Amino acid sequence: MSRRRFFVYWVGFAVIVALLAVAPLVLPEFWRRFLTEILIWGLLAMSSDILIGYTGMVSFGHSAFFGLGMYGAAAALLGSSPPNLWLALLYGLASAAAVAAFVAYFSTRLRDIYFAITTLIFSQIFYVVIFTSTAWTGGENGLNFSRPRFAIPYLFSLRFTPAVLHWFVLAIVALSYLLLRRITHSPFGMVLQSIRENEARTRAIGYAVERYKIVAVMLSGVFAGLAGVLYALQNQFAAPDFVFFVVSGEVVIYNVVGGIGTLVGPVVGAAFFLLLREAFSRFFTEFYLIPLGVIFIAIVIFMPRGLLGFARRWLNG
Amino acid sequence: MNIPFDQFLIQTINGIVTGMILAMVASGLTLIFGIMDVVNFAHGELFMLGAYVGVLTLAATGNFWIALIAATLAIAVLGAVIYLTTLRPLIGRDPLTTILATFGVSLVLQNYALWQFGPVARKIEEPITGHFSLFYLEYPYYRLAIAVLAVAIIGGLWLFLKHGTYGIWIRATTQDRVMAQAMGIPVPWVLTAVFAIGAGMAAASGVLFGPLVGVNSQMGTSWVLRAFIVVVVGGMGSISGSIAAAIFISLLEAYASLWVSPAQAVIVSFVVLILTLLFRPTGLFVPTPK
Repeated sequence: MSRRRFFVYWVGFAVIVALLAVAPLVLPEFWRRFLTEILIWGLLAMSSDILIGYTGMVSFGHSAFFGLGMYGAAAALLGSSPPNLWLALLYGLASAAAVAAFVAYFSTRLRDIYFAITTLIFSQIFYVVIFTSTAWTGGENGLNFSRPRFAIPYLFSLRFTPAVLHWFVLAIVALSYLLLRRITHSPFGMVLQSIRENEARTRAIGYAVERYKIVAVMLSGVFAGLAGVLYALQNQFAAPDFVFFVVSGEVVIYNVVGGIGTLVGPVVGAAFFLLLREAFSRFFTEFYLIPLGVIFIAIVIFMPRGLLGFARRWLNG
Repeated sequence: MNIPFDQFLIQTINGIVTGMILAMVASGLTLIFGIMDVVNFAHGELFMLGAYVGVLTLAATGNFWIALIAATLAIAVLGAVIYLTTLRPLIGRDPLTTILATFGVSLVLQNYALWQFGPVARKIEEPITGHFSLFYLEYPYYRLAIAVLAVAIIGGLWLFLKHGTYGIWIRATTQDRVMAQAMGIPVPWVLTAVFAIGAGMAAASGVLFGPLVGVNSQMGTSWVLRAFIVVVVGGMGSISGSIAAAIFISLLEAYASLWVSPAQAVIVSFVVLILTLLFRPTGLFVPTPK
């Protein structure tokens, strides 16, 4: 990376994070909440970009990881008193990782469309399991819980006001972005990208492609679970609707709309899609998905690289 | 646990009946996949819209059989329109983009149906109202008629593909698209027609299934998921494999619901899928690939 590009990139990153950090102080309540949600959905979409954009595997099952992160956090928050933030993170990530390992073990045996369908069906399995085991998950009604305090023992303990929550989410999303970016630049990330470009050759060179794929799915699943934990903190409930495959479909939409293989693209896609949804739902009430679906189809046909596709090389530089 | 023999027999018949409907949905899906590499996510919505067209025509004409034919034709035309507008521009791109495009189509169609017909389920009257007694149950003849009709429709499709001139065109296109084009087969139209046939079959199964449950905008979702499972278990692109897998899975689910609730019985088909992927990822009901 040339020096100038390096400079522009990091200044740009700092400015955007700074703007997002100031936002809750100036925005009205509704839009602050909206912004936090965009960040959370953006993180979920970003996690799925590791598979779609970098490894070339389209996952239609990210709702399972997201939902398990959510229910894991719910279990921790309901099970401990007073509710503990770090326990919620731990439980959420652990359950998402466990589910991701399970899904990865089976689904990575398949390629392309078969992988997409298998992940979709796996997410449905978890949906049915969560929906029917009413005793633990509350079934259709889901679980309600209260927000923990943002505390580090012996240091400080803060109440999660909307602004604090926003900064917490922003910090986690920004750190996740940096971490994922670092991973895609690492030798491991390079192997993933070479699987995307030519799987047979990658195998011929001597990489254990299956193992790399399993790790990629797990990595992606853990970050999706992280998004699930954040969402649980934000909304204080977990519901089976978030495990339903339509959520996975929306995640794929965010990726495609924003531009796959860019990491920031999916966040932009989520913002674009959620803003459009907000705008359309004022005119079309609950039928906003009709115009959104049409726009999505048009983007798939006419703009296959997405909104940020033009900057893909630069962002990965 | 002791399951009485009569219950076992009833579940066998139920399983075969739903299996035949599922086979119709899945064979349309697998036909579209096998011939044009398109994973049609909107298949369940075509099933659902078919049922709605059936409801409307039935209300207008009062004749179930006219409704069945009208729904099949209307949705076949809709399928052709969907193919021409959203899928034809994607020819030559990664097959995965077809999943995305048809997912968009399914969002649009599902919400259109919700908007147009509302959330309350509509009912299709059974065209055949008689019952016969099966042990302690009054078993409706209509359910048996569904199975017979489904066999007839799938058999008709098979004969068409095997012996009809256009059927031979379709099979030629599957084997080698470029060669078929060189021999003078209008490949773009063959592909459009295949999509229309698949859509029409989904619509027909929607109308046939309508009388058993209510017709609502969500009904396609669960069917398309089960059809996907069937298509993978049966071997992607193999029609006979899909039919066998549809009956196999429906029977298993029917037997499982003797012990657990029907919502949980679905898990059985998931397990079958996982085992298939583990031990025979090319599909259970197709010859071992060499």
